[in-house]
Amino acid sequence: MNRTSTRRVAVPAVAALALGLSLSACGAGNESSSSDQTNAAASSGATLSGTLNGAGSSAQEAAQGAWTAGFQSANSGVTVNYDPSGSGAGVEQFLAGAVSFAGSDAYLDDTQLASSKKVCGGKTAIEAPSYISPIALVYKLDGVKNLQLSPATAAKIFDGTITTWDDPAIKAENKGASLPSTTITPVHRSDDSGTTKNVTDYLHQTAPKDWPAQAGETWPFKSGEGANGTSGVIQAVTNGTGTIGYADASQAGKLGVAAIKVGSSYVAPTADAAAKAADVSKKVAGRGPTDMAMNVNRTTTQAGAYPLVLVSYVIACPTYKDAKTADLVKGYLSYVVSSDGQAAAGKAAGSAPLSGSLSSSASSAVKQISVR
Amino acid sequence: MSASTAVRKPRQRVGDRVFSNLTRLAGLAILVALAAVAIFLTLQGLPAFSAPSDKLGGAANLATYVLPLVFGTLLAAVLALLIATPLALGVALVISHYAPPRLARPLGYLVDLLAAVPSVVYGLWGLAFVSVRLTPAYAWLEQHLGWIPLFGGPASTTGRTILTASIVLAIMVMPIITAITREIFLQTPTLNEEAALALGATRWEMIRLAVLPYARSGIVSAVMLGLGRALGETMAVAMVLSASGVVTFDLISNTNPSTIAANIALKFPDSTGVAVNALVASGLVLFVITFVVNFAARWVVARSERTQA
Repeated sequence: MNRTSTRRVAVPAVAALALGLSLSACGAGNESSSSDQTNAAASSGATLSGTLNGAGSSAQEAAQGAWTAGFQSANSGVTVNYDPSGSGAGVEQFLAGAVSFAGSDAYLDDTQLASSKKVCGGKTAIEAPSYISPIALVYKLDGVKNLQLSPATAAKIFDGTITTWDDPAIKAENKGASLPSTTITPVHRSDDSGTTKNVTDYLHQTAPKDWPAQAGETWPFKSGEGANGTSGVIQAVTNGTGTIGYADASQAGKLGVAAIKVGSSYVAPTADAAAKAADVSKKVAGRGPTDMAMNVNRTTTQAGAYPLVLVSYVIACPTYKDAKTADLVKGYLSYVVSSDGQAAAGKAAGSAPLSGSLSSSASSAVKQISVR
Repeated sequence: MSASTAVRKPRQRVGDRVFSNLTRLAGLAILVALAAVAIFLTLQGLPAFSAPSDKLGGAANLATYVLPLVFGTLLAAVLALLIATPLALGVALVISHYAPPRLARPLGYLVDLLAAVPSVVYGLWGLAFVSVRLTPAYAWLEQHLGWIPLFGGPASTTGRTILTASIVLAIMVMPIITAITREIFLQTPTLNEEAALALGATRWEMIRLAVLPYARSGIVSAVMLGLGRALGETMAVAMVLSASGVVTFDLISNTNPSTIAANIALKFPDSTGVAVNALVASGLVLFVITFVVNFAARWVVARSERTQA
């Protein structure tokens, strides 16, 4: 009697449990991680005591991790949250006042700069370069080391005009290398990305005839192979043969890395070369002293500079409503652009430390942050 | 426990009412959730109709933006079903009619286990394992069957083609189809089976004459459920497929059509403004397609039941 009644309950219960389990198993994989991140950033307020919230560029993620750790170990009691939701989303959240600072791979455009006055109490936002990283053209071609490419050749490879590795254009730039007749598979990012924007900007500026497409976060061609994220590009290039792609230089691993033609010589992507390229870049005209937005000088002929470089910014307000937030932002960003912070980022993310002059002008920009 | 012993007490009627209301509420909740999703998709998708082309990845308007995605979604799902359906029916028949019970049961559990693997894991597996191992096959296909437009090439050297994505999808939908058809095959009236055998049918003829006709509507609905899963699968496709957004029937090259779900996953994180609305609008299209597929399945099932009766 007792047994039957237990069974009556147990059987449907087990069935329901099994159904629930199988349903949740089906659903689990489809959830996008970005929705959790947006929630996390939105639910935590901007002015919690001892907590600083930022969001933005996913390229800065590893560096922000290093800065957060360094800053928190120096100031116990402070919590820094950085949500790598993407540059666009980070700037949007910053302009809406949801986060105290943003990380962005692109400086604010004029409309965004104007609307930053609303959240910053009448003044436009501070922009300081925080993360400079060379983007490498990575390739996998057995037996070929030290590939050298001019911008025009790179453009023709990536848009599919040059289809084999033994093309005369490549041969002419790599005398002595034994180039096979393997088909070239150019790999690009299938998701929208600041890395893509820098690569297309570089190709458009240095080889406008061969790359008429404007710079953009979306790959302008339908040819070639698409891969999801930096890790996806690296994976695709590694798995294939005769593949070439672009990725943050720190992620290149064992893949071949091409040197690009600058002036009359070829330069490999190193931290020093990237910092040099940032040094010869011009500030965007018509912006105040605390706005360090710069247009990377892609066409530089400076010896040893590597102009295919990603310059990422931290964006903050010059004034904040409450003193605590102002102090936190000022303290954190000062650490970020300091030589200590830049060295920590270089160690963690392989980025190029800001040069002395850039670092000091960035420091003096973020020192302006105050309470209003 | 006490509920089952006190069935006849009048007090129980309150419980009955509470229970019936709870079930009604549960039923309504599904409708409300569905309606809420549909309303959200429509409202958020509407602004995309007037979106400028730079927010639509270069497409002139929303239709030319979504159509290649619809094409890719359907192509990947149909390919996956072409691969998965025969396989799943075979496995289900082995479990229900061929294998000895001692073997059939663990085999059934194993197939069910496939359904519990998260789709990211399938994505990783497809990306790092399957695609690499399929590249020689694609090179062979291009060389020997290249005159068929499907295998026109040039063959991908990374293997991340729509065929690879479909194979991974097929393995993901197979357990769904197998689980349902297996149960239906087992429900075939023993009398029908024995009658067929008594008339001198071999085991395969018995299955063809008694089991398959009986299970036909069940097979259709199982396949449609699998199709629903294949249409909506996101992560595995986003990771495995080299998506370019072209419209092509070439299955083995590295420029492939993208799917709606994968496109949303890839583009959403860095999208702002109207670009997000365009993604939501494409989501609405997927929602409608899934709806139509489900209704079509119900209609097919209902019709085949009528003709059988």
